[in-house]
Amino acid sequence: MRGVMIFVVVSLLAVLPARAEEVIVGLSQNRVSLTVNYEGSEILIFGAVRREAPLPDDSDLDIIVTIEGPPMPAVIWRKARRLGIWVNTESQEVRAAPSFYAVAGTAPLSDILSAEADLTHRISTRLAIFEARGPDPRDAAAFTEALIRIRQGEQLYQELDSTVALQRDTLFNTRVTLPKNIVEGTYTARIFLLRDGEVLNEGETFIDVQKAVLERWLYNMAYDRPALYGLMALALAVFFGWGASALFRFVRS
Amino acid sequence: MQIYLPIAETSVNAFTLLGVGGGVGVLSGMFGVGGGFLITPLLFFIGVPPAVAVATGVNQVVASSISGVLAHLKRKTVDLRMGTVLLIGGLLGSIIGIWFFNLMQRLGQLDLIVQLSYVLFLGIIGALMLQESLRALRRSKNPHAPRRKLHTHNWVHNLPWKMKFRASGLYISVFPPLLVGVGVGILAAIMGVGGGFILVPAMIYLLGMPTKVVIGTSLFQVTFVAAFTTMMHALTNHSVDVMLAVFLILGGVIGAQIGTRIGLRLKAEQLRILLALLVLAVCGKIALDLLLTPSEVYSITIPGRF
Repeated sequence: MRGVMIFVVVSLLAVLPARAEEVIVGLSQNRVSLTVNYEGSEILIFGAVRREAPLPDDSDLDIIVTIEGPPMPAVIWRKARRLGIWVNTESQEVRAAPSFYAVAGTAPLSDILSAEADLTHRISTRLAIFEARGPDPRDAAAFTEALIRIRQGEQLYQELDSTVALQRDTLFNTRVTLPKNIVEGTYTARIFLLRDGEVLNEGETFIDVQKAVLERWLYNMAYDRPALYGLMALALAVFFGWGASALFRFVRS
Repeated sequence: MQIYLPIAETSVNAFTLLGVGGGVGVLSGMFGVGGGFLITPLLFFIGVPPAVAVATGVNQVVASSISGVLAHLKRKTVDLRMGTVLLIGGLLGSIIGIWFFNLMQRLGQLDLIVQLSYVLFLGIIGALMLQESLRALRRSKNPHAPRRKLHTHNWVHNLPWKMKFRASGLYISVFPPLLVGVGVGILAAIMGVGGGFILVPAMIYLLGMPTKVVIGTSLFQVTFVAAFTTMMHALTNHSVDVMLAVFLILGGVIGAQIGTRIGLRLKAEQLRILLALLVLAVCGKIALDLLLTPSEVYSITIPGRF
């Protein structure tokens, strides 16, 4: 595995144009298939830093890796007690929130990323979410924090401080686990090279997450040909319901 | 082993699913009930979104009642005329229910409505069943206690538009069966149940139908209303998950065979008390979820997803 990785990195190094410090990225897989027994998968993100100039010795090199699932609008509801029972009473819309977001660095984000760079590149989880402007900004924050908290609980948002391994200021790798409840779509992996909190260079690569053939077929049919899908669901119900009892009668007699 | 559900877009444990289907199948075999009112809440408990649980639950009802209705049709214990009137009401009710279901989903209150209907109906039915079976148990110990009269003439028999239902030996207005059908159709669409638990008592006590045609006729109505409701959910919500349905149905048909045999060995009164307690337990669990302060007061919905 490591041999292949280094070979890939070295061959990539040879073809890229020159710049001061540049990131080159590879992925262990760029396709994830949501099959019937999908239980999550681990993605290895690796790469190297290519540099023309000698290594500066007055600052440390840091790397941040993010993986972002397809962004979607969301509505966050808050429950309150009404007539003794808990009911959704208030809601706040979010224009777009990544359906999956993992961020990993060579050290905790606050130590290696300046606030300005975070704003420009939208790296931290909080900034990856596009909030809708609410009448009360403090209250809106509570809703966004709830969104992050709930998705962190489902492993959909992950803050993986200091899980990127950097060797000799050149080779790096990290692992991110995609949980079982991810949605399909194109996932973007971004890799940032940083010095003194500022982004020097950014690399990007994509992971294609798709339902497997049968699941894709069922899903498309449910939405594109709902009448046919409904009839199929009924046919299955009749077949299994009637078939099984006929079979049991046959076995007993 | 995890199973990925393509419509619910989440994974659940295959054995849990087979267990839910099988367990409810055993109970439905033992007690002769459809089991939809247990499957749907159990699916909530294992994390299937309520919209998918309801639509798939009603699909499962078709599977669990189809062989019963065929057997009753063969034995001619179905009042087809009464069944048709109930069915027309049921289809109307299903349309109303689907409309209400979709409205509540848009307003973000679907989970609440589904939970509230379960608490209400399971509570009433469980309490009535418990009372009835306790009374039956007392009666079996003391055979001289007065019995309740089964069939009485009441306001139901004074309505216009009378119709002859020969198989049931009834000459009554079409409105009561039509309205009963509408009510059952609404419940099927909102709760993902067949509605037999409402239909059977209504047919016996309200319409005064003879018991020999009650089960067959109710199965007839339930099967077609459930099939229609499945289609409506598939067409408007796209929320029927066939992968989930297949596992529930497989577990259910095998469980029902086992349940029927267990049921033959137990006493009817004790069985009914057990079922009543079970219904009340499920009701209590859902009620607690509504009453107790939740650990997380926020929840997320994604427009266009479940």
